[in-house]
Amino acid sequence: MAYEVNGQTVECDEEGYITNLSDWTPELAAVIAEAEDIEMDDDRWEVVNFLREYYDEYQIAPAVRVLIKAAKKSMGPEKGNNKYMYELFPYGPAKQACKIAGLPKPTGCV
Amino acid sequence: MADGDTQVPQLDDPLQIPCIKPGAMEGLQPFLASPEHNKALGFPEELVPDWKEKALAKMAELAEKNRAFQVYLDICVKCGACTDKCHYFLGTADPKNMPVARQDLLRSVYRRYFTFAGKYFPWLVGARDLTKEVLDEWYSYYHQCSECRRCSVFCPYGIDTAEITMAARDILDAVGYGMKYSNEIIGKVHDVGNNLGLNPKALRATLEDLEEDIEDETGVTVRIPIDEQGADILLVTPSADFFAEPHIDGLIGYAKVFHQAGVSWTLSSYASEAANFGLFIGNYENMRLVSQRIRKAAKDLGVKRIIFGECGHAWRVAYSFLNTLAGPWDFLDPNYPVPQHILEFTWNEIQQGNLTFDKSQNDHMTLTFHDSCNVARGSRMGDMPGGQFEIPRNVIKAVCNNYVDMDRDTTHESTLCCGGGGGLLTDDLMDLRIKGASPRMTALQQTTEEHGVTHLAAICAICKTQFSKVMPKYGYDMDSIVSVHQLVSNAIILDGQETEEDATA
Repeated sequence: MAYEVNGQTVECDEEGYITNLSDWTPELAAVIAEAEDIEMDDDRWEVVNFLREYYDEYQIAPAVRVLIKAAKKSMGPEKGNNKYMYELFPYGPAKQACKIAGLPKPTGCV
Repeated sequence: MADGDTQVPQLDDPLQIPCIKPGAMEGLQPFLASPEHNKALGFPEELVPDWKEKALAKMAELAEKNRAFQVYLDICVKCGACTDKCHYFLGTADPKNMPVARQDLLRSVYRRYFTFAGKYFPWLVGARDLTKEVLDEWYSYYHQCSECRRCSVFCPYGIDTAEITMAARDILDAVGYGMKYSNEIIGKVHDVGNNLGLNPKALRATLEDLEEDIEDETGVTVRIPIDEQGADILLVTPSADFFAEPHIDGLIGYAKVFHQAGVSWTLSSYASEAANFGLFIGNYENMRLVSQRIRKAAKDLGVKRIIFGECGHAWRVAYSFLNTLAGPWDFLDPNYPVPQHILEFTWNEIQQGNLTFDKSQNDHMTLTFHDSCNVARGSRMGDMPGGQFEIPRNVIKAVCNNYVDMDRDTTHESTLCCGGGGGLLTDDLMDLRIKGASPRMTALQQTTEEHGVTHLAAICAICKTQFSKVMPKYGYDMDSIVSVHQLVSNAIILDGQETEEDATA
């Protein structure tokens, strides 16, 4: 499987997570989001950017609670909650947002 | 292929027997493990050319080594007692999901190659050749069994169906035909120490964050120690407790109980996982390697006791097999059971009068309890028979005012699987998970209608994740599933804690 971005082919696994994390670009994120039926807006970009920053530091996605805490700080309590995160990413802020952010899928009993 | 019917089953009763739909789930398959996942577990990287010979050799080896497996293959009389006991059969109506029929996919091949009648008169005894179609059928239907063992409770011969599923998966792995979800996860445990792949630095950062949360909430400094040499207790908990909701609230609950009990405890970044998916794939060597991490961590940290957090199959492995897999535990304090369940610890503290609760903190909920299969049918808790049923309920009732049980035919030893156990908690099996949850969800809906139950409490990471995903399909919010220690955390009053009264005074 693969995504097409600006005439370039970017490989992904059977679930749509990109194979080489260094292939990620904001343009690719928009393409992955479109495949997920999601239109990127400011709030979604903020989540995706936070995930990428966190991953840069820790080599893993943050716990949902950590993500929500960060969202609460930057977006305010009305948006910094689990419910709003699921409105942004219906298949889960961890899994779906990670896919768009070009990060590996969180595995385990999650 | 599966019929693509992703409708949520509507049952009038949790145990309503469906009109059968032959082939309804045919061809449903989770993703295959990649060569690198298989290699990391010591399996062939992909389906080997001589898979037929290798599969039969593995079956012979298992029958030789595991007497129970051979007996289970030989003694089934097709009485049918198990047919309607499987939640996947009730939810999918596929007759091959009747436990007896699912087992027979393997049994028919065993009969062909390992019994006199099957070798010479296969057509008389329903014996089948092992073909690629049969192998694919195994891959499909042995990933539609969660090894929950409800059917075994009703088998007059005591055939443990899960053992057959585990053997089938072990055979599939032996020929390079394993499943992505479980194999990738086991590789991460071997490599990093937990299912998530959470490295020590990230784990420490998460725990520090949680300590901050507890202090913000209560005004009390409660530590969640990690890698602390010389601590008395090693807590081994599923890594979902570091990551997912509502699991993480359970972890906060354990920390508050330990704090209030005044014991010294620690997590380990090396053994940062209670789960042992080696059980799910029926592979002894992987199960042993995962367990050995706990032994090494306990020795390196010099602890005296080991306590397990809320994880269903981990508790089965710990309670039933840990001594064989990673014992002897003679270096631990003999005054305590090895291992102990966090609920045993908490219940003991409650009985000693060491914990104080404000039960009204849980008054916005009416609760019921989901017995997790591996705890209910594969282990025990405390020092009396049935402790695994009573202790969780006792703890919930000690911290909540509103508690109601579900239909007795769906609880205790007859509990229904959440629909995501046994290594099936993967997105590529979501259709099966939604359907398999329908009996449990129907029993829950009954308690909602009759008693106003709003929340379901569980003590297994898989159950919690599965319910948070499927409950919205059955008319509940995703946060209607709670950890038992989340309820404890809500109600417990820590020494020096700012209560609401303090705040308003």
